[in-house]
Parts: sequence; C-alpha cells; structure tokens
Amino acid sequence: MGAGVGVIKRFLAGAAAVGTVAGVGFLYYAWYPALPPVAPPAAGTFSPEQIERGRIVAAEGYCAECHTRTDGTPGPELAGDYRMETPFGAIHSSNITPDVETGIGSWSEAAFKRAMRLGVSREGEHLIPAFPYDHFTKMTDQDLSDLYAFLMTRPAVHLAIRPNELPFPLSLRIMQAGWKLMFFTPGAYKPDPSHDALWNRGAYLAEGNAHCGACHTPRNAMGAEKKSAQYDGAVVDNWIAPPLNAHNPTPTTWTEDELFQYLRFGVAPLHGPAGGPMSPVPHRFLSTVPEEDVHAIAHYYADIDHAAERSKHDAAALALAMEQSRAGLTGPNPDPDAKLYQGACAACHYNAAPSPILGRPDLALNNALWLDEPTNLFQVMLHGLSAEEGQSGVAMPSFYNALSDADMARIAAYLRRTRTTLPPWTDLEKKAAAVRSTVQSVPVNSSH
Amino acid sequence: MITFKLNGRDVSIDVPEDTPLLWALRDDLDLTGTKFGCGVGQCGACTVLVGGRATRSCITPMSSIEGADITTIEGLDPQGQHPVQEAWRDIQVPQCGYCQSGQIMQAVSLLRDYPDPTDEEIDGVMGGSLCRCMTYVRIRKAIKKAAAALRAQTSGKETTHG
Repeated sequence: MGAGVGVIKRFLAGAAAVGTVAGVGFLYYAWYPALPPVAPPAAGTFSPEQIERGRIVAAEGYCAECHTRTDGTPGPELAGDYRMETPFGAIHSSNITPDVETGIGSWSEAAFKRAMRLGVSREGEHLIPAFPYDHFTKMTDQDLSDLYAFLMTRPAVHLAIRPNELPFPLSLRIMQAGWKLMFFTPGAYKPDPSHDALWNRGAYLAEGNAHCGACHTPRNAMGAEKKSAQYDGAVVDNWIAPPLNAHNPTPTTWTEDELFQYLRFGVAPLHGPAGGPMSPVPHRFLSTVPEEDVHAIAHYYADIDHAAERSKHDAAALALAMEQSRAGLTGPNPDPDAKLYQGACAACHYNAAPSPILGRPDLALNNALWLDEPTNLFQVMLHGLSAEEGQSGVAMPSFYNALSDADMARIAAYLRRTRTTLPPWTDLEKKAAAVRSTVQSVPVNSSH
Repeated sequence: MITFKLNGRDVSIDVPEDTPLLWALRDDLDLTGTKFGCGVGQCGACTVLVGGRATRSCITPMSSIEGADITTIEGLDPQGQHPVQEAWRDIQVPQCGYCQSGQIMQAVSLLRDYPDPTDEEIDGVMGGSLCRCMTYVRIRKAIKKAAAALRAQTSGKETTHG
C-alpha cells in the first residue's frame, strides 16, 4: 500500500517536472520581444526602382485584397479592417499603411520581416494564421525589403480596425504559438535542383507570396492546411476553390497556356472565366505584374496537375463536350428541363464543333459542373458576372430573381445529367436555397 | 455614378447600382428601342450587346456594366442599315414587331460567332429569343441572308473560332 502511494507520488512529481520543463520550454518558444518603434522612413529613403519592385511583390501577394475593408463602407486600400469569417469566429485584418498609431508606421524593416517570416507583430504578439505567414516565410529577403519599401511609401491612413470575434481561449495570442508548434515550418523557399528555373520561379511564387494553397488546400480542424491533401480544393467564402492538382475534374486539361490565360486575363478559352473570390486574382493583381511571373506560376501548376500526361485526352474530351453542348437544344425536345435551359442559358452557352467560342463558356468543360457540389454553378447563376470580372467587358446577368430554387435545381440536374459523366448531385433545391441565403445583397432589383 | 460607353458615346448615370440596365436605357437614357418582355431573362426581347455579346438587359444590374461597351438597336448602324436590319426589312420579318430589336441584336451576335450558321447553330443560339407571332421561319431566312451579306463585306477575314 505504502509502496504504491510512493510510486504514484514519484510519478506525479516526475510528471510535474516534465510538465514544468515543457511549459517553460513552450513559453521560451512562444515568447518574442517587442521590437523598438521607429520613426516612419523619410521621403526618399527608398529608390523608385525598389518601390516599383515592391508594388509587384504586393500585387503577387494580393495584399490589398485582404487588407482593405469591403463590408459596410468600403475602406481605403491597405488600411485593413477586412472582415474574414472563419470557422472560429470573425477576424479583421490589420491596417498595413504607414500610419503610426493604427498602421505599421512605427515598424522597422526588421519588425516587418519578422512578421512575414514568423507571424509575430512588432509588439511581440503572435499573429493569427489567417495571415498566411506560413507561405510568406518562403519569401526572399530582397522581396521582403522591396515590399516594405512599397508599403511604407503608401499614404498613411488613420483607421482603427474592429476587434476580432474569436472566443476564449482562442482570443489569447499565446494560443497561436501552440498552433505554430504543431503546423508551422519557418524557412525560405529552397529551389528544387531537379527542375528548371521557370518551374522554381513558379513554385517560389505559388508556394510563397501568392499563397495559392491558402484557398485551394483544405484545412484541418485547427485551421491548418492539410499537407497530405495539398491543392485538393476547399470551400472558401461560400465558393469552392477547385483542386489544382491531378484531382481537378475538368475534362480538358489545365495546360500551361490555359492557366496563363486564366491567371493573366481572367478567362481560359477551354475552361471559362474566373468568378467569385478568384476574379480579383487576375483582374486586380496578376494583370499588373511581369508576364513572365504569370507564365512561371502557370508552368508550375501545369506540372502539379499532370498536364503533359492528361492533355493526350483533350481532343477526344473536346469533341465529346461539343456534342454535349447541343444536347436538347435543337429539334423537337420534350424535356422540360432542356427547355428551361434553352430559355435562360443557351443563347450564351451553346457551342458548336470544333471548339468553344471565346465569350461562350462551355458548361460541359467548366469546373462548376464537375465539382462534387453545385456551389459554384449556383453562385454564378445568382450573382452573374460583372464586366470587371471573368472575361473583361462582358457581363452575365443575375438570375437571382429570374430562377427559383426549384428552377436552379432543375437546370443543375439537367446539366450534370447531359454534360458530365458523373453521378447526379443530390438535394439540389435545398442546396440552391442554401447558396441563395449567402447572397448578401440582391444583385438586381426590378422594383426601381 | 456608373460610367460606360453607350452606342459609341461615354455616358455617366446616377442610378442605384442594382437597377436593371433595361430600366436605365429606357427610362433614363430614352432609348426605347429595347423592349421589356418577360423581365426574367427568358424571352430575349430586352437583348443588347455588352462587349459585343448579346445580353439580357432586364436582369443585368448597372453595377455589372461599369466600364463596359454597350450597343443597343439604336446604335447598331447610324442609318439603320446594318445587314441584319436590311435583311429584316427585305424579308418582312416582323409581324407585331415587339421582339424584333432583341431578335436582331441576338442575330448580330450569332453572326459574329458563326458567320455561316447552320440551322442547328441558329436554333442553338436563337432558341432563347421568343416570338409570339411565330415568325421563326422568316427570322431564319433573314439571318441567312444577312450572313451572306456580311460574309461578302468581310470576306477574307478570319472567323472567331478559338
């Protein structure tokens, strides 16, 4: 009995000692000093060439997309307060203009680089990984210096961001240190010598600054990208960010040229336009950077999605799609779903052999019909596409008021049935209603 | 304020951005050639060109056409002598005439994509443009006549097949 108690005591004492050492070790790991505030760099600190290089780095990282408020009254560019709904609660992005009080005006270059590489603020607080420092850590010292030069020469905007809405204990910054311990590997990109310079440039941009995986890789319960499912596709802002790897389901291949057209101009001839949260990537950002960088990213993903192997089947896939594009549209047809599609969609989406016409996105070739869920198809039906999205200068109307959930379900079922070889989607009407409920403001109002 | 190009002119108009383009064209810009049919994008009477592509203006919000280039039936040709319009008159296509501006705009767009359209291509593209008077036979005939005239005008140029 006595011996038993002694064993337990010794065990508890040992566990406490290990726990204390681990705890102290963790605190040591988690603790970062505040870096001293500096006066904002004086005008003329940075050369125009460096600021221009920094502009390109900022564009390739889409900084303005998540650091500019879009809900309520739109905010000034880069002044933060962008509201991001995460599964853990809403968070608001930082003001990254050089305002001293509310922005990063007092951040030294060293503090800025530490934030990008390690996800730690100038004050020594752990940043929330919605800020994708797990990608930015791969950036070169030169790119970070240039980005700093660009940001510190933007107009300073005094704008305090709204507080985050994370519940306790996630609201404790030290919790982020635990996340890093489990999921974060710091370190700059290391070129892969088995690939050429173009591939490595693409990989550097895609894995680092452009942080493609932040949307296109599914996340685990803790919000970290699942390394085992890299680029398998994920749900983001009520859209599906499609797979970028061999799991991408479209019948024709995302070749280097298709990817380039899509990333540079917002529309790929054999796949269709960029919509939803993807639209700014080409239109706001990648159309403004050196063309060779966009080629590099396209080159990299053409390798990731096995384009060389898959494209052997493209001619047959294209011929089949052109055949499917006609289904139910010509001659007498008793199918009421085909009639509905003909009235609402076919004038713009019909195509004849040999290949789709630019401006007539062929639905048989489009991701939206081939994904596991009809989310993106419904999103585009409800919102349409503005002339500034997708193919520039061309608009798709909003069918929000024109098609009921039941109509949308019928069109979706019809397209899946006639233009893919995949099993039918289920519960379509419910899913149409669910996507409709995410539309924040009805795009078109005929009661004016 | 929404700014766009309308029949070759720069236009700025102050309307709520969820206003349908058709409302702005007819009520604010006095271009009444474009007609209101079903109001839900299912009949084609309101068709105009946005960036050269036939678009149902009754369900296209003004927010979507910022910076776009819009052509209505009034802007197709200064004298109303676009080959499609001429063929329409020659063949006496319209009966009541209500759908014809939408039909013509859709046909113009069709002929840019398919300069020598088969019956099937005409059905595929024009199937969403309804005519209560059932003038479809003459619509098809006029499209083929206009196609021949346009091909004669532009012979030697490449088609838009991508």
